[in-house]
Amino acid sequence: MRVSKRASAVAAIAAVALVAAGCGGGDDTEENSGNADKTANGAITIDGTQPANPLLPSATSETGGGDVLDFMWTGLINYPAGGGDPVNAVAEDIGTTDAQTYTVKIKKGIKFHDGTEVKAKNFVDAWNFTAYSENGQQQASFFSDIDGYEAVHTEDPDGEEGPQKAPKPTTDKMSGLAVVDDYTFTVKLAAPNSIFPVKLGYSAYFPMPDSFFAAADKNEWGKKPVGNGPVKFVSWTDNVEIKLTRFDDYTLDDKVKIKDVTVKLYQEDTAAYAELVANQLDFQQQVPSSSLAGEKWKADLGARGLTVDIPVMQIIAFPIYDKRYQNKDLRRAVSLSINREEIASKIFFNTRKPATSWAAPGTPGATGFDCTTCKYDPEAAKAALQAAGGFEGEMVIYYNADASHKDWVEAAANSVATTLGIKVRAEGMPTFAVFRQNIDGKKMTGPYRAGWQADYPNGENWLGPLYVTGASSNDGSYSNPQVDALYQEGSRLADEKAAEAKFAEAIKIVDAEVPSIPIVSVTQQSGISNRIAPSVKTNWVGSIDLSTVELV
Amino acid sequence: MGRYVLRRLLQLIPVFFGATLLIYALVWAVPGDPFAGKCGERACPDSYVQFMTEKYHLDDPWPVQYVYYMGHLLTGDFGQTFGGREISEIIAQAYPNTLKLALMGLLIEGVIGLTAGILTGLRRNGFLDNLVLVSTLFLLAIPTFVSGFLLQFVLGTQFRIIDPTVAEGAPFWDYLVPGFVLASISMAYVARLTRTSIAENSRSDYVRTAVAKGLPQRRVVGVHLLRNSLIPVITFLGTDLGSLMGGAIVTEGIFSINGIGREVYRAIVTKESATVVGIVVVLVMVYLLMNLLVDLLYAALDPRIRYE
Repeated sequence: MRVSKRASAVAAIAAVALVAAGCGGGDDTEENSGNADKTANGAITIDGTQPANPLLPSATSETGGGDVLDFMWTGLINYPAGGGDPVNAVAEDIGTTDAQTYTVKIKKGIKFHDGTEVKAKNFVDAWNFTAYSENGQQQASFFSDIDGYEAVHTEDPDGEEGPQKAPKPTTDKMSGLAVVDDYTFTVKLAAPNSIFPVKLGYSAYFPMPDSFFAAADKNEWGKKPVGNGPVKFVSWTDNVEIKLTRFDDYTLDDKVKIKDVTVKLYQEDTAAYAELVANQLDFQQQVPSSSLAGEKWKADLGARGLTVDIPVMQIIAFPIYDKRYQNKDLRRAVSLSINREEIASKIFFNTRKPATSWAAPGTPGATGFDCTTCKYDPEAAKAALQAAGGFEGEMVIYYNADASHKDWVEAAANSVATTLGIKVRAEGMPTFAVFRQNIDGKKMTGPYRAGWQADYPNGENWLGPLYVTGASSNDGSYSNPQVDALYQEGSRLADEKAAEAKFAEAIKIVDAEVPSIPIVSVTQQSGISNRIAPSVKTNWVGSIDLSTVELV
Repeated sequence: MGRYVLRRLLQLIPVFFGATLLIYALVWAVPGDPFAGKCGERACPDSYVQFMTEKYHLDDPWPVQYVYYMGHLLTGDFGQTFGGREISEIIAQAYPNTLKLALMGLLIEGVIGLTAGILTGLRRNGFLDNLVLVSTLFLLAIPTFVSGFLLQFVLGTQFRIIDPTVAEGAPFWDYLVPGFVLASISMAYVARLTRTSIAENSRSDYVRTAVAKGLPQRRVVGVHLLRNSLIPVITFLGTDLGSLMGGAIVTEGIFSINGIGREVYRAIVTKESATVVGIVVVLVMVYLLMNLLVDLLYAALDPRIRYE
């Protein structure tokens, strides 16, 4: 979780902007062409945040640690920058005939940073380690598709509050995983799932070297981790920096050209931005929201500013377990009464795009995901409200007040109130933790803001975890047997196109019932220093693609 | 004098236990489940929550947790964060930075504030007095984050006189601008406090006597007037070191100084009682020791004050 910026910072920067209006802008680059020698010995500094946990793929679910893991590791597949279908990386081939049993062949000669070779058992052991509930790893649920997961990951029989504890698992190895030889392993899923191979680029599926399994204290190991990616670990000073350097024995395509990478750990993005403007920081993934006001960042950075699409959407979700929100016409009315264009332009200065689809723009396999209620239509909204029989009492839309959500949620609430003529109000909950606690406990009494960042680039990720009954992020308890059935059918199809069509059909039902309302999709505003060639790319989630960095 | 100091030091013990207990209870009372927001937009796996709950005794009532905590603390073990970092390491890393920042602040407010206060106190209603009056009013009116961003932008980004942020392990000198930002409001207080105190005492009997004795101006001001006038100022400066350290969170954020402010903020949000208590306990100790030092300075400044 990236910690939020304070709203007061906006006022401060605005004051600064008044004093020094029109100033800023980078120096001209010294040379025009890239210099290979300079690049090969070059070092860059990029921004980051202190990882919340040791650098372990099994324990990391936030971006501070996740970005560093993605630099240091290469998974079975890679997701190309700017979307598109995944390509094999460590995997030579991932094959299946029935979408249930997959045979994974890995390339020979790929090495971990300690010189040992990446073998099939490094994957299988790592996955078993993460899934085993006695190890208490955050990312365990990513293996729940695999046959035998229930045997290694036991659930608490009477919930967290109850007196009983989860029984000790009978085994620590999932029966669905089998090593065939050094470079081949098979994965048998509990049920067919055509999307499974697309997930394999995520950090939870990274291989772990033998030294990890030998280590008695995994947290200690995670302070000096050993990966198999294009850069290797050098040092980590808490809250200060993480130093990485090129791994010269790396054999895959995404080699880095520069030598050293320092991830500087900032507490405020405004501090990183000040260094970026002064050309002391080479890459900032997201410039602070205060610099977006009045497009100040464009004046500051000029050609050094980059805008990229990232697979993130801001959504308002309904607590369907609350009987006041069980009428789909009411939910339609709310969706139709929100003026998304105005929110995108007035609140977000066009750094967000009005949502038109249930998936982020450019998501592969989401062509049929159109959102028909994602438009501002006051007449239709009023008609839908009438069909729903009106709305009694006050509708409160909740958000977490420790990040900058207040403005847009309030704007949405006002939009609903004026269009429908009902009482609507936005209310902040103090922290993300309190907010999530209420959501997890199904205690929300009104619609609430939700954000969704895709785990892997596929339309299924915008359907399966969100709207299938009992799914991991179906927080509103939406349930429709038809959606579930279509989703199951799609998952069972080995043919991707046919699966896509089933998912699109399921989304059509979701679209008619509006369990949540997509508001805007997110674009990212990054900045580079004048030392980096502008040909640099970001990866599909918006962090820097180190292999494209060249110095000028 | 020795017995007085000993008595004061012994008083630290109940204060230490009281303060830790209060802080522990307060952090415990902060709403929110520590693992609710940890896994992003989805609930954490039960196995993870259960593992952490057992490891950190989180299902025990808080007095029991406090006893566990104190047991470890008395053997010198500050405990670990939920991310597995030693809290003693955090304290050892963050405190020197915050202390450097606060000492720089104290130095700046002492030097500039006292000078301005003495000069204006001696020459009241002159041009300088009015100038200081206006400029202190100005400083008091600007919140820290405004002056911080302004100086960072002008000096760091526009004119490149300073680095926009302070690097880890930077020399004391690099804390000049952040120290100024941190101390700017207190500096105005010190100037005004000194001015009032000087103005009041310069009409007192002992000053008139000293002047009547024919003592040179330098001696009248430096020895007789200043020593007595400094008592309220010293009290303020002494307690201000603690306030500066505890209140540096905004300044630390702007200049990316790796101090205690960020750690305490993060720990409160994530409900890591052990980290909050560890850091605040050391802060409480700084407060108490500074208070003791101030009390002892009274005796040195004013011969009428005696301990024993």
